[in-house]
Amino acid sequence: MGLGFRTLLYKELLRFWKVGFQTVAAPVLTAMLYLLIFSHVLEAHVKVYDEIAYTAFLVPGLIMMSVLQNAFANSSSSLIQSKVTGNIIFVLLPPLSYREFFAAYVLASVGRGLVVGGGVWLVTLWFVDLHYSHPLWILAFAILGGMMMGALGMVAGIWADKFDQLAAFQNFIIMPLTFLSGVFYSIHSLPEFWQGVSHWNPVFYLIDGFRYGFFGRGDVSPWLGLGVVALCTALFSVVTLYVLQRGYKLRG
Amino acid sequence: MAAAIHINQLCKTYGKLQALRSVDLDIQQGEFFGLLGPNGAGKTTLISTLAGLTRADSGSASILGFDVQRDYREARRQLGVVPQELVFDPFFTVRELLRIQSGYFGIRRNDDWIDEVLANLDLTDKADTNMRKLSGGMKRRVLVAQALVHRPPVIVLDEPTAGVDVELRQTLWRFVRDLNQQGHTVVLTTHYLEEAENLCGRIAMLKQGRIVALDTTSNLLSQFSRQTLKLRLRDGAQLPPALAARGQMTPSGAFSIALNDLDEVESVLHVLHEAGARVEDMELAKPDLEEVFVSVMHEAG
Repeated sequence: MGLGFRTLLYKELLRFWKVGFQTVAAPVLTAMLYLLIFSHVLEAHVKVYDEIAYTAFLVPGLIMMSVLQNAFANSSSSLIQSKVTGNIIFVLLPPLSYREFFAAYVLASVGRGLVVGGGVWLVTLWFVDLHYSHPLWILAFAILGGMMMGALGMVAGIWADKFDQLAAFQNFIIMPLTFLSGVFYSIHSLPEFWQGVSHWNPVFYLIDGFRYGFFGRGDVSPWLGLGVVALCTALFSVVTLYVLQRGYKLRG
Repeated sequence: MAAAIHINQLCKTYGKLQALRSVDLDIQQGEFFGLLGPNGAGKTTLISTLAGLTRADSGSASILGFDVQRDYREARRQLGVVPQELVFDPFFTVRELLRIQSGYFGIRRNDDWIDEVLANLDLTDKADTNMRKLSGGMKRRVLVAQALVHRPPVIVLDEPTAGVDVELRQTLWRFVRDLNQQGHTVVLTTHYLEEAENLCGRIAMLKQGRIVALDTTSNLLSQFSRQTLKLRLRDGAQLPPALAARGQMTPSGAFSIALNDLDEVESVLHVLHEAGARVEDMELAKPDLEEVFVSVMHEAG
């Protein structure tokens, strides 16, 4: 991967960093509001795995949710904005391969996810004492989650012709998948049927595996989670690469 | 020596619309070439295919011998495209944008050339201004600069002067002419036929996806267009009967008479003299590209 790829990555990182108030500070504030409200309401009533305070349980979920939503937002919004305004041609005219294109957008998504996730983590340090049982699992799931959502964001951004189509993708697919993944609860507290349904949601494995890195326990084995997440990431990546190679909607 | 642009039986269809119908075209290195045609003739599709923004259904195109699909990396390095639409990236300043664009082409530390391009386009004092804050004309200049960051040997300008003021037009043409004299191949599409006539050595005219005329500018002018004698007669007199059939009255009350060659001027004046008509004002209009364009488009049905 040459200078072209590195420049595109740099430009994609700079793009969100320049409007950090909107792309970093805003999602950190949103996560904070979730934390304040849910912990206020539920802290006294809920203990997860019989020993973990609800607020401590909630924080890794919120961090991961922020990573995922922002990774998706980064690649999808960058692509749709460039398409709608027409400045996408500046990245289509240069001699960049579709692989470089893919890698730059996905890595920038991971970057934004980690920056926002890191921001949420920093702010929550005031509220909870977290344990870090397995830091490598934490990192692995955060990075894989960013990649998965970055790739999915690329597909959505390429497919959508208008901002409202992208918003629909976000509201009807990404939001339900993240909210119903166990960010706010352990799926063991769900009726059996809904536990079963949750196992079909790849985001569930991301949240659960990420949380395992903190507490050393989860609803499923982290290895299973890693397998599912890696498989989904590979699948979304293959789809994105295929779409890019064919030039679908980008090179008419 | 490879052609700057080689296009071989290029076809492109959008749904039912045939944008390009088996276009063949060779443009040699160092040419200043004009691509003319009405809206929807296929000019932008042709350019998009060269730039890799559109994929042709069949046929091939190459830039300096590099196929635009197979050797796309090399082909794109040879080509600088100034797009028709006034597009810009609102996140960056002019200099940031040009550095980034250089990086995409694998060029590090390009500031000397960037400064030169900025100076030639009268953009030096806007280098650190955000794109959002530039006027339309300034944004157009930045588009030209972006197309040139990698010093492409072949430059394509897709209607670069649409809606642009006189000053920028002159700055732009001076710069592009210099580039052409330094050896860059320049391909231009425009609706301002006067510009094409003054700048282009050779011209292709497109209609409904086909090339309907292709020749040097001077051949096109002499082939398709006749000189015209424009006359105004004293006291509002009419043309004598011998000339009435050949002359057309313009809205201002003058007459224009088409000439097959310059010798005819003498006989026209003679007829006028005989009829006792006195000439108040007279002008010999040279053929212009607009007439050629209209007659080619008309003939091509």
